[in-house]
Amino acid sequence: MIEHDVVCPFCGCLCDDLELETEEGKIVKVQNGCALAESTFMNDVRLPAPIRRTETGWEDISYTEAIKETAEILQGADRPLLYGWSSTHVEAQSIGVHIAELIGAVIDNTSTVCHGPSILAIQEVGHPGCTLGQVKNRADVIIYWGCNPVEAHPRHMSRYTTYATGFFVPNAQLERTVIVVDTRRTDTAGIADEFVQIEHGGDYAVLSALRAIVRGKTSVIPAKIAGVSKEQLIRIVEICKTAKFGAIFFGLGLTMSRGKYKNIRNAIELTDELNRHTKFVISPLRGHGNVYGSNEVFTWMTGYPFAVDFARGIAFYNPGETTAVDILRRGECDAALIVASDPGANFPRDAAAHLAKIPTVIIDPHVNATTALSRIHIPCTAAGIDAAGTAYRMDGVPIRLKKVIDRGYMDDAEILKKIYDHLNGGKGP
Amino acid sequence: MTELWVKNACVIDPIRGINGEIMDIAIRDGRIVESVSDRADVIDAQRCLTLPGGIDSHTHVSGTKVNFGRYMSPEDMRAGRTKRKGKMHVTSGYYVPTTFGNSYRYSAMGYTTLLEGAMAPLEARHTHEEFTATPHQDMMANTLFDGNWAVMDAVREKDIRKTAAVVAWTLKAARGYGIKLTNPGGTEAWGFGEDLTGIHEMVPHFAVTPAEIITTMIRANELLKLPHSVHLHCNNLGKPGNYQTTLETFDIVPDLNPARQTLYATHVQFHAYGGGTWKNISSKAEEITRSVNIKPQIVMDMGQIMFGRTMTMTADGPMEFNLHCLHHNKWSNHDVELETGSGIIPVTYSKKSAVNCIMWAIGLELALLTKNPYQCLLETDNPNGAPFVKYPEIIGLLMSKRYRDEECATLATGVEQRTSLFALERELDWHDIAVMTRAGQAKALGIVNQGKGHLGIGAEADIAIYPIRTDSVDPAREYRKVVEGFQKTRYTIKRGRVVSREGEIIVDGANATFWVDAKVPEDLKMENDPEFIKRFEQFYTVRMSNYPVQDVYLPRGRRIETEVFT
Repeated sequence: MIEHDVVCPFCGCLCDDLELETEEGKIVKVQNGCALAESTFMNDVRLPAPIRRTETGWEDISYTEAIKETAEILQGADRPLLYGWSSTHVEAQSIGVHIAELIGAVIDNTSTVCHGPSILAIQEVGHPGCTLGQVKNRADVIIYWGCNPVEAHPRHMSRYTTYATGFFVPNAQLERTVIVVDTRRTDTAGIADEFVQIEHGGDYAVLSALRAIVRGKTSVIPAKIAGVSKEQLIRIVEICKTAKFGAIFFGLGLTMSRGKYKNIRNAIELTDELNRHTKFVISPLRGHGNVYGSNEVFTWMTGYPFAVDFARGIAFYNPGETTAVDILRRGECDAALIVASDPGANFPRDAAAHLAKIPTVIIDPHVNATTALSRIHIPCTAAGIDAAGTAYRMDGVPIRLKKVIDRGYMDDAEILKKIYDHLNGGKGP
Repeated sequence: MTELWVKNACVIDPIRGINGEIMDIAIRDGRIVESVSDRADVIDAQRCLTLPGGIDSHTHVSGTKVNFGRYMSPEDMRAGRTKRKGKMHVTSGYYVPTTFGNSYRYSAMGYTTLLEGAMAPLEARHTHEEFTATPHQDMMANTLFDGNWAVMDAVREKDIRKTAAVVAWTLKAARGYGIKLTNPGGTEAWGFGEDLTGIHEMVPHFAVTPAEIITTMIRANELLKLPHSVHLHCNNLGKPGNYQTTLETFDIVPDLNPARQTLYATHVQFHAYGGGTWKNISSKAEEITRSVNIKPQIVMDMGQIMFGRTMTMTADGPMEFNLHCLHHNKWSNHDVELETGSGIIPVTYSKKSAVNCIMWAIGLELALLTKNPYQCLLETDNPNGAPFVKYPEIIGLLMSKRYRDEECATLATGVEQRTSLFALERELDWHDIAVMTRAGQAKALGIVNQGKGHLGIGAEADIAIYPIRTDSVDPAREYRKVVEGFQKTRYTIKRGRVVSREGEIIVDGANATFWVDAKVPEDLKMENDPEFIKRFEQFYTVRMSNYPVQDVYLPRGRRIETEVFT
């Protein structure tokens, strides 16, 4: 059987034009997808049943037992942490927030180690952006800054930017100028019309120089800034100012390098400045398929996009204090529930190490590095493969992930609901 | 079967012509009935003011841009936080509260139905997700068509039937309620950083004018027999001298519907400015109301501003950028492919600013100079003019000349000469307020026959009982009592259940979402139109099959079907 217009849940692009061939409840072929999509659908090896750590290894336990024990762990904790959420649907994420509210937990999502700094910058200066179709239909200048979409978002360029045919850009490849800014020559740099190689940690200075040139203060710029020649900077500003529509996309090369959220703030202010000359937008390239959904759900329910602490009864937000990494590093947290993510692989070593010291439960379809740190692992459906639900694309467009096959697993939203019911004496959220 | 008996209620129900009668109200299974059994629960209203549940016909409470307003404003979240309590979830925020914050505070004020003012169809799913988390009000969503490519193509071809067909398909796909035009044509121009300056200026690349979009959409709206009229945010919002654009727009509106207005002009305060610069801006409320008073086909809402800090958010992207260039605070923009734009910036309206004072005066003038209260509804374009929790203060100002005089005395100098407010003696009465906050909205939105906005037999039992005794309070003098009274109901009853008592929510919500399924002849169905499909698949970034909102997003969806036109 062929399923059309399937949404790939892997990255923030949420490409929704895949064709999946299924045979006897198994996916046998993926078409239109990138290598990451193919791997997402084809190499979907699940943990068969809930497991609990024993002194010598692991034992299988029932869902009922796993859910009950998870609830008891959370109930008994003084400073529980609920972390992850970015690879599941909105339905599970909102129950997560209800649990956090009920037990006074800290709830955080993977933005904390990803585009958290972008959010902080947006909270200072706002976000001039748009949906990806605006870029596809209008942009004649594309800037990729500190990111490598060829490897991380393989179809971003063909669906939305460089190679996409747009209404006002019918000959995409001829009509679009692509500028790539990075510290190393990536595969993406290979397709750039203009590659700007910056010395490590020089992003802030280069952004400031560009802003100065846009404002007509070219004379204050020295011959070289962080390894970039003044001539090239002037040329780039000229390209931007004469663009009909320019779009900047940035990745962790900008958010997680020296300067962090100040880099993003500077990039947004450059965008703002350019809007006084032409149309310009800027957007983060979000990683996990539904990380933006977790920001959205957290925001409409609590007021904050990540790092929300309910310990005081109210929703409290102070990144650096209420962020998952910091709570773990300080050894403050005494139980953790990880959902749809892998902090074991992505957190700093000391933060991950603390997860191993406390009772940690992970709800995730797959065995990952966090399993090794956990006491219980509860497998579940994978949103977009065997569970339907909402995901928010990197530009905020909400798309319904489809249930393509049934593998007999329990939906993580259902597992979380049962945990909630346990914690709330049998009453739902 | 659940029954409720509200006795000794001092009812004002303008749609049924009831003005301050002491009556009993019988409710069974969520609807108003003739009588109930003696097993019914009883509420003694003690002769307090009892009105149909409040209806907000233009507010921004759910969806992409509202949530982005929250996202970028942790400073506001700290301003209004409450703990989990009983049935109430944690809330945060003052001018852009969380969904539960919105729902609880509206409920405490007696509001039971809300129309989200602007939903981009591409992002409709988001609006509906937030609707389910705004549990104590029935919801509906105005759907944005101001920069819709398929609409502009049909308008250029002067094809009203095709325009109607695109509207019908899109409303159904988005599960939307009515047509919203925000700066028609201007949001498309903003796609390349431009704006339009008048209703006869061409939209770049599309060869249509705002005037053509407005008039064609009005005719399409009536052809489809939609319950609500076209809902318009005029061009040139917030620009000195823009009243001329507003009057020109009003002049091209035909009178096509005997049951309601043909155009709903929203937040008209922002569109009633004289002068040519910020220095010589003045009120043109007299000119605007003179036009509205002789045009029964137009209903407007005030778009009142109140002093203090708030957040502006609108699909009018270019306007927000201009405002940003004045304020130099944070600015967000979010254009939506093939459909519309949007922008968000925080603002503080200050009594030290003569411009802000004139804006404040204009909103009140509009309400006081409009003869028929059904033609000027009480709104702040929440949160643009002020958060909705300010409505009681606005009621107080409209009912009391003394209150207005006291406020006017605190304004910046030089305001008195540029507005007529200081000279207006009119004081609105309880009936006027009931019209401007529920009956007028129900009529304008076309939901009277859905059982909204009145308390007749068969109506939905949405009722607000305020701690106000109209026989013993003189609103002209005791305006503080009026303001306090409207801030917190004694009881808010939603579909026959008491949801809020003295400001506290006591049950889980079970709201409904109203949407319109407009029927078109078989040959006009856009899902079968090869050209429409081709353009959709070429230029949108989602597949056409993934675009429509699935029914699962409306757990209590209420479909309003229209008759097919010929």
